[in-house]
Amino acid sequence: MFELQRAAVGYDGTPILQNVSFTVYAGQITTLVGTNGCGKTTLLKAIARQLPLLDGQILLQGRSIRTYDRKEFARAVAFMPQVRNIPEISVRGLVSHGRFPYLGLSRQMTSKDRAAVEQAMQSAGVARWADRDLRELSGGERQRVYVAMALAQGGDAILLDEPTTYLDVAAQFELLELLRKLADQGKTVVLVLHDLAQALQYSDRVAVLAEGKLAAFDAPQQLFEQKILDEIFGVTLCRAPEGTYYLRR
Amino acid sequence: MKSIQKRKAAAPAVFGILLAAVLVSSVAALCLGSQPYSLAQLWQALCTRGEQDPVWRVIAYVRLPRMLGGLFSGAALAVAGVLLQAVLNNAMASPNVIGVNAGAGFFALFAMVVAPAVPGAMQFASFLGALSCSMLVYLLAWRAGLSRTTLVLAGLAVSGMLTAGINTLKLLWPEIVASSPGFLTGGLSGVTMGMLAAAFPYFVIGILLALFLTVDLNVLCLGEESASGLGLHVTRTRFLGILAAALLAGAAVSFAGLLSFVGLLAPHIARRLVGTDHRILVPASALLGAAFVVTCDIAARLLFAPFELPVGILLSLIGGPFFLSLLLHRKRGRIYV
Repeated sequence: MFELQRAAVGYDGTPILQNVSFTVYAGQITTLVGTNGCGKTTLLKAIARQLPLLDGQILLQGRSIRTYDRKEFARAVAFMPQVRNIPEISVRGLVSHGRFPYLGLSRQMTSKDRAAVEQAMQSAGVARWADRDLRELSGGERQRVYVAMALAQGGDAILLDEPTTYLDVAAQFELLELLRKLADQGKTVVLVLHDLAQALQYSDRVAVLAEGKLAAFDAPQQLFEQKILDEIFGVTLCRAPEGTYYLRR
Repeated sequence: MKSIQKRKAAAPAVFGILLAAVLVSSVAALCLGSQPYSLAQLWQALCTRGEQDPVWRVIAYVRLPRMLGGLFSGAALAVAGVLLQAVLNNAMASPNVIGVNAGAGFFALFAMVVAPAVPGAMQFASFLGALSCSMLVYLLAWRAGLSRTTLVLAGLAVSGMLTAGINTLKLLWPEIVASSPGFLTGGLSGVTMGMLAAAFPYFVIGILLALFLTVDLNVLCLGEESASGLGLHVTRTRFLGILAAALLAGAAVSFAGLLSFVGLLAPHIARRLVGTDHRILVPASALLGAAFVVTCDIAARLLFAPFELPVGILLSLIGGPFFLSLLLHRKRGRIYV
């Protein structure tokens, strides 16, 4: 789905990460992890075309993301930033914004758009709140609504920047399970996570970023066995007999 | 928190009330003044339209342009306020707070000095002043970090400089200011149909552009990154929003002078009535702004009769406390600014 080729990302011409190359496959959850300030959000924003690349390139379905028209890209890839405004809007109203890339000059939704909105709300499990005010929902419920908006965009990929931040633990697991379900249905999910144990538990591939480069890109099992994360984060990564990852100092 | 569903259901009734307010205030503006006319007199004058009829002459040459001026300037400044608040993501933004009116006023007075005989020069200069000033404030605030406070302070600084410029023009060419006494405080007493006709194209293009942008503004209000992720051209939308606001504020200032606070008051009250969906908010603010300015103008005429206050003074008297209440307003535990 995405192919990063010697990508360099940063701000104002100063690279934070250089020479990053890996491939993200459809139907998988790929998670970017790293210590604070290592550039995981910067890299995700570059994949989402929110930031220009300083070097290298990123391909989407074999085509450089730069060659996509703005709306064409939004129809293929949805991006959920970490910080968002919480507008005064109904759940259905917000999810409807996901159809923006499909609207013509008149900006009127068609019956096809409305059906896509209902379908997206069903898939994200938010249809029962359709007429509720977004501001009345809990943090976890609101995140699901934003996922529904991303689904309404109709693309194959969803990029999420630290979607579990500020959520209570139960809501974090619910959201990750929803993302797992979407990946199993064929969506490409790329996200930034702080929680290493959760990253290993729910991901198919993990990109470990450290010291300005890609330190490792592998399946959780391999990363666990190679003890790469233990070295970088200064913790001991453990696995319970039933397979759950957890951390020890 | 008023339910979105209730607001949606009440929207037609709110529009009905706002339309009625515009209609009633417009008729009252034609009837009331130093010489009041009854509805029957008004109707008869409108039917006969006799040039010898003193009632018709007062209505046609004084009260009608004044009433239309109030409607246009109120609607224009209110919609300009909605646009600026959305594109700058700042509840404090409005044409007079961020210095757009001062920019339009300075350029308009400058055009009156250098090209008094050129038709349309003042209106164009007014638009140009509003546009350059809003772009300048936006760029200044953007460079310094686009926080709510920075934007208001940048507007204050630019506004201060331009007011100094206006005062300099006033000092050097007192005859220009004397010919338009209500300009600096904002007033409708000298408005003519010719002035309105010259400003009308700017008003129409500004309103049409604002209506065209409503859905894009809704998306922009999700935040810059979310909007961009949905395929919105954020920079272009912001520029078009500022352009429309400048057309509207420029048009209003060119004939009504520096009217204060309409662009702040009307959008905020309209938001409480109909919510934040710009497809509804833009027309609701326009109607509210129009009815508000016309009503204030009637009050300004009658409160100290036979003396007449420029409507801008009354608007400032009402708008000042409203602005302060906004500054201090706490919304869900956070200070608004």
